[in-house]
Amino acid sequence: MQIIGTVITGIGTVFLCLGGLGVFRLPDVYNRLQAGTKCTTLGAFLTIIGVGIMHPDWLSKTLVIALFILITNPISNHALGRASRKSGVPLCDRSVVDKADEFEEYKEKQ
Amino acid sequence: MVDFVFLIIITSGVVLCLLRMLKGPAAPDRAVAVDTIATITTALLVLLGSIFERYVYLDVALVYAVLTFIGSVAIARFLEKGI
Amino acid sequence: MIIVVSFLIVLMLIGAIAASIFRDLISAVIAAALVSLIAAILFYFLQAPDVAMAEASIGAALTAAIFIIAVRRTKRYEE
Repeated sequence: MQIIGTVITGIGTVFLCLGGLGVFRLPDVYNRLQAGTKCTTLGAFLTIIGVGIMHPDWLSKTLVIALFILITNPISNHALGRASRKSGVPLCDRSVVDKADEFEEYKEKQ
Repeated sequence: MVDFVFLIIITSGVVLCLLRMLKGPAAPDRAVAVDTIATITTALLVLLGSIFERYVYLDVALVYAVLTFIGSVAIARFLEKGI
Repeated sequence: MIIVVSFLIVLMLIGAIAASIFRDLISAVIAAALVSLIAAILFYFLQAPDVAMAEASIGAALTAAIFIIAVRRTKRYEE
């Protein structure tokens, strides 16, 4: 049980470090949002569940924390992405498609 | 010993996000970096509770997760022009 | 353990200096929130979880929200 929990926690910490690397390296706010949401949500989930498996009598509270992160982290990052889109942050010059513009044209046509 | 390696890996992720926070051209970049740091820190608090072997310390992680969510949503509402 | 603590203290100092030199006030508020996030981890290392809880709640959420309301009523960029 101890070994399984340690392995799961290790995988989670590696995902957290890769999320930080993605936030540092990627060229654009929206790309950084993607790295900062997906990697850190999976990494935090695996780390917290791994700690719960290491100590089996802590499992209920760690499950509550993990479920809370799994719900709130995409919500807050979606709010940030919508806010940066509304405040006019440009896309990077290598991006090829912008679905939000197409959606606005579609809404004007209706 | 393994726990110490985990702490070093998580702290290097915090350092990379902080470099982006210093470098980022506008306010939304910095908000994204600080939100990522908040999520990484919640996992770090749970791992430290496991290292110190105290059950009470998990409450701090729960409160932390709730309140940083409120802060991020407040910053996002400001950037969207209207609080 | 002492290596991680000294590392976090250096990060907190960098955040505080950045909060004092940013000209965009929203960026300064975000950097101040970062400082109190790291201060919560340091209180946690000092075996004081109640102080860490108070620091996280007041510093990260309430101070940021109140400063944002104040910036909204005045102007955003410092000249």
